[in-house]
Amino acid sequence: MTTLRAEEFTRRRIELLGWPIVVETYRIGETYYCTISSEDPGARFARAAGPSRDEAERIALAKAERWLGQTRRRA
Amino acid sequence: MSTGTAAGQNVLVSTDWVAQHLNDVTVRIVEVDVDTAAYDQGHIPNAVGWNWTTELCDTLVRDIIPKDRFEALMGRSGIGPETTVVLYGDNNNWFAAWAFWQMKIYGHQDVRIMDGGRKKWLAEGRELSTEKPSPAAATYKAKEPDLSLRAFLPEVQEAVKQGRAALVDVRSPQEFTGEILAPPGLPETCQRGGHIPGAKNIPWGKACNEDGTFKSPEELRKLYEGAGVTPDKPVIAYCRIGERSSHSWFVLKYLLGYPDVKNYDGSWTEWGNLVGAPVER
Repeated sequence: MTTLRAEEFTRRRIELLGWPIVVETYRIGETYYCTISSEDPGARFARAAGPSRDEAERIALAKAERWLGQTRRRA
Repeated sequence: MSTGTAAGQNVLVSTDWVAQHLNDVTVRIVEVDVDTAAYDQGHIPNAVGWNWTTELCDTLVRDIIPKDRFEALMGRSGIGPETTVVLYGDNNNWFAAWAFWQMKIYGHQDVRIMDGGRKKWLAEGRELSTEKPSPAAATYKAKEPDLSLRAFLPEVQEAVKQGRAALVDVRSPQEFTGEILAPPGLPETCQRGGHIPGAKNIPWGKACNEDGTFKSPEELRKLYEGAGVTPDKPVIAYCRIGERSSHSWFVLKYLLGYPDVKNYDGSWTEWGNLVGAPVER
């Protein structure tokens, strides 16, 4: 039986629609997983899985952009 | 190795300690997630999974689960009154901290949190499993709820009037000032932005290091006492829905040993929707 582990784990900070976010990506087995959290307060709000790192991140970032587009700043 | 606390209780374990106790029959490891897809991807071997939304909250009335459902959850998770329960989870252990709070309300003696949570376990490349364990059912008798750990709205309103308790708002500065109504990317769930009058803003994350582990007791003491939150008076922590504040409640009550700390789980989604409630920005 193959032992599963999270491999190729990366974490980076970027800005999306003016919001600082944290993108975490890793591979478990053959699948890449990407989760996106707000930098502050740190809540995860988008995730995706895919056959490659690029694909998982592309889908997760598209979801993140959609949700962040609905976040309103008040004066 | 487990970490002792200022209060002299073992409530924090390292990822190393958990790795050494994966097959310890006296220990039950539980992953607590708000999004259980994380558990399904892969979890600590032999860990059972709890869904915060459906298993730790009443899904009809806004409340923690009642005693009989808590007992049933413990029983089917193979947890008896003597079991050492180790909790960890997604979102920086927020929901694991909620489970810890709820287990203390119902009187479980030995419950601990894995320092750094799921994120640290993954980042360290430790073993994962997709197999869901089927623990032998246990009989569990919970104690009557200890409501000294929980603040309800009238008590918070009284605290605002009397000023005898320190209110700690653990949300982000942008939520505290009312610039945003919910964390970026999450749905707005209240009508007004701002904070409860008199509250101090000490975001939950200030209690943690970059890898998600808790800061040292000395650093934590400096953080809270520096903001005027001292152990000599009652403390009420709140956030938006009560999960981030259960994380800060854990820090104040169990890592620093403050004697009187309550989690106001109604939090901003209750206060920020109340007609006529005073709000500061």
